Amino acid sequence: MIESEATVPAHTGSRTTRLLGLATLAGIAIVLVLALVVTGPDAVQGDAARLIYLHVPVAVSMNVGFGLCTLGSAMWLWKKSRWWDTVAVSAAEVGLVFTGLTLVTGMVWGRPTWGVYWTWDARLTTFSLLFLLYLGYLVVRHLPADIEVRNRRSAFVALLAFVDVPIVYLSVSWWRGLHQEATLSLSSTISGLMLFTLVLGITVSLMGFLWLLVHRFRVAWLEDEVEMAGLDLAIDERRAEAAVMEVSAP
Amino acid sequence: MNAWGYVTLGYVLVFVVLFAYSVHVLVKGRTLSKQVPPENRRWM
Repeated sequence: MIESEATVPAHTGSRTTRLLGLATLAGIAIVLVLALVVTGPDAVQGDAARLIYLHVPVAVSMNVGFGLCTLGSAMWLWKKSRWWDTVAVSAAEVGLVFTGLTLVTGMVWGRPTWGVYWTWDARLTTFSLLFLLYLGYLVVRHLPADIEVRNRRSAFVALLAFVDVPIVYLSVSWWRGLHQEATLSLSSTISGLMLFTLVLGITVSLMGFLWLLVHRFRVAWLEDEVEMAGLDLAIDERRAEAAVMEVSAP
Repeated sequence: MNAWGYVTLGYVLVFVVLFAYSVHVLVKGRTLSKQVPPENRRWM
């Protein structure tokens, strides 16, 4: 039996995404109360440290996004599977949004903590390079080319861009700058309610990231469907033109 | 601006950007869905 138009809704939502979306919204509400009301100010950074409950979770989600983009690109090069290519491009775009948010929350946190929004510190410099690399990935993705060439080009750019991810993470250890060491590591001193709020924030951020990723994946899938339908139509038109010319030829 | 001003600015910016991006993705999904036959857009 073929499902009718009425039973297949014209959007990218599903029961799973609706449940995930609702759980994310509830999680955001809890994290906001914990981060802004329940936890106290930090002994060193004061109330500005409340931005850490936002900055670290979006940064973790960004890393997951770029990890998925790399995995998807490598898998596409190996399997030539459309599904993996769609994972790669969706994760890159959502990851780039989270990179922008990490950059902005870092700058807003830097102003009351360091006295400046921006400085050419090693972490900030390598991080802004990361933003530009993935922006470049999306630009390459939109260059006119057939689907196979586009996928191969962007897969290589994704593999190249990911080299900067560990450099960003290790930059605070390699080059001593203004940026503090990793908030979550074996040597970090965060504990108690602050640690709980941060871990919950990371969990909720990952849930929101996954919700966006699933929707973006479906949009990318639909984009390819429309593009392929357009190509099929163009080929049919050319065949019809050729058939007419054959018939009318003397 | 005091620390709370920066905290408010950070939180508002993040949620505005996430909301705007989510709406953009959902609207694009609806627009494209109308151009694709139902059998090619069945989601789990």
